Amino acid sequence: MKQKQFEHINTPIWDTLEKILDGETSGDALRRLPQLYRSLCQHLALANERFYSLALIERLDDLAMRAHQRLYQQRASQRLSPLTFFSETFPAAVRKHWRWILAATSIFYLPLLLMILWLQADPDLIYAIMDNTTISSLEEMYQPEHSRIGAARDAETDLGMFGFYIYNNTSIGFRNYASGLLFGIGTLLILLFNSLYIGAAAGHITQIGYSSTFWPFVAGHSAFELTAIVISAAGGLKLGFSLLAPGRRKRLDALRQAALETAPLIGGAAAMFLLAAFVEAFWSSRGDVPAHIKYAVGAVLWAVMLAYFSLVGKRHGS
Amino acid sequence: MLDTIREIQTPEGIALRLRPAGPLPRMYAWLIDLLIRGIIFTIIAIPMGYLLGKASAGPLAIIAFIILWFYPVLFEVLHNGQTPGKQYYQLRALHDDGTPIGWTSSLLRNLMRTVDFLPFLYGLGLVSMLLTRDFRRLGDITAGSLVVHSDSPEHTHHIPAATSMPPPVPLTAAEQQIIINYAERADRFHPARANELAALAAPILLRPTANKKDLLGIANWVTGSS
Repeated sequence: MKQKQFEHINTPIWDTLEKILDGETSGDALRRLPQLYRSLCQHLALANERFYSLALIERLDDLAMRAHQRLYQQRASQRLSPLTFFSETFPAAVRKHWRWILAATSIFYLPLLLMILWLQADPDLIYAIMDNTTISSLEEMYQPEHSRIGAARDAETDLGMFGFYIYNNTSIGFRNYASGLLFGIGTLLILLFNSLYIGAAAGHITQIGYSSTFWPFVAGHSAFELTAIVISAAGGLKLGFSLLAPGRRKRLDALRQAALETAPLIGGAAAMFLLAAFVEAFWSSRGDVPAHIKYAVGAVLWAVMLAYFSLVGKRHGS
Repeated sequence: MLDTIREIQTPEGIALRLRPAGPLPRMYAWLIDLLIRGIIFTIIAIPMGYLLGKASAGPLAIIAFIILWFYPVLFEVLHNGQTPGKQYYQLRALHDDGTPIGWTSSLLRNLMRTVDFLPFLYGLGLVSMLLTRDFRRLGDITAGSLVVHSDSPEHTHHIPAATSMPPPVPLTAAEQQIIINYAERADRFHPARANELAALAAPILLRPTANKKDLLGIANWVTGSS
């Protein structure tokens, strides 16, 4: 068949398809998309086989590409309902990666605890970790005389702190995860830095006798915030390890697989940072709530969170 | 085959041809996006700061957070893989199997910008793009995504009408296609250049010379025009 004849016969099909792809038709015409696409594929194959002109092949190619985009999706991207994510995907992913969570937990909490204890014995160590301005602003934040805790001298509003926590903490979580790509070293460094820094702050504040403000303050949001740090680090460590020890796959394939498996971790961690920011800004900072209530609420939140990760979403035996 | 084209086999047995985009257009697109992000933030920040004063710090931090991390994700997933910058340069982010980009992949490829950006201004990303076959930065490798050119080809190629002339000797299919491709572009060349190019076909046609008119005639005959 000559090209002109071929074009003459089939142009109506291509034009219809193009109209559908341009969004100019709706309803019943849309139902013809799969059928039109298959005809088009046949035409494209014929046009290639018969060495029709490049312009024609390019046009059919372009149409095929656009129709393919409409018809096909990766399975992973089909199911994204927030409900399923939080009731199944996220807790299941955390359980599946318990080894990584455990590793991140030890890397995070051991230096932190060590730091707190060390500072009780050797208070001057704090000057090796923070500079003087940081230390004094830290002390200012947890002055027992203040009505609001955890905010700096200028007394930002709760809403202001909420925004700051979201921006700052969640960004740290994202970087923590992403820098796993540097063979896990980035994640390790960020995790250790945060561990030592938080440990130093806690140790110093305790040592100078501000325990009555500091510990009730962190009790509330610690469940979500610290765990979100650990979870995002666990994902980053796994990414890094997939590059170091890819097993029987190519390194880059192993990385991609690890990224797909850990993506729910970072998504869930982001939500936890959000939650933590909310608690920290609107509950932890309140100076008018007695310490024992704050401890009780903190304990309940820890219990709820642990129950969530160990119980929710086991329907499919995960 | 051109090594800047990536072919993807579909279940229908055809090969889709993707054209991965190199660092330069992607950098331009990124700069445009950067500008747009700045403008969006300013447009929100100025009236908000004016109305709320110091209280605007919190909401603005949240808006900055969203613009920083989710601007590319939202646009890529909800707008056919195109941020405004990509749209301007007719680029599109896709899965490397040719399917549209989804939430997970888009989030991954954009989170990894943190690492691609190191040590400064996408240094690692550039190295990664130059070392991989399809110009993939680390985020693309991690998420299994590609950025491709998505400009539709011009459908305006027409073979100029000429008296149909059968080729003097039987031509192979590939030879026919070359002559058709020439004919489609013939009017875009300077006449002298068009004839110069046409002369190259003389050996195939087993004739001492060939000019534009001959090839147009043959092209018209081959495609069945007039």
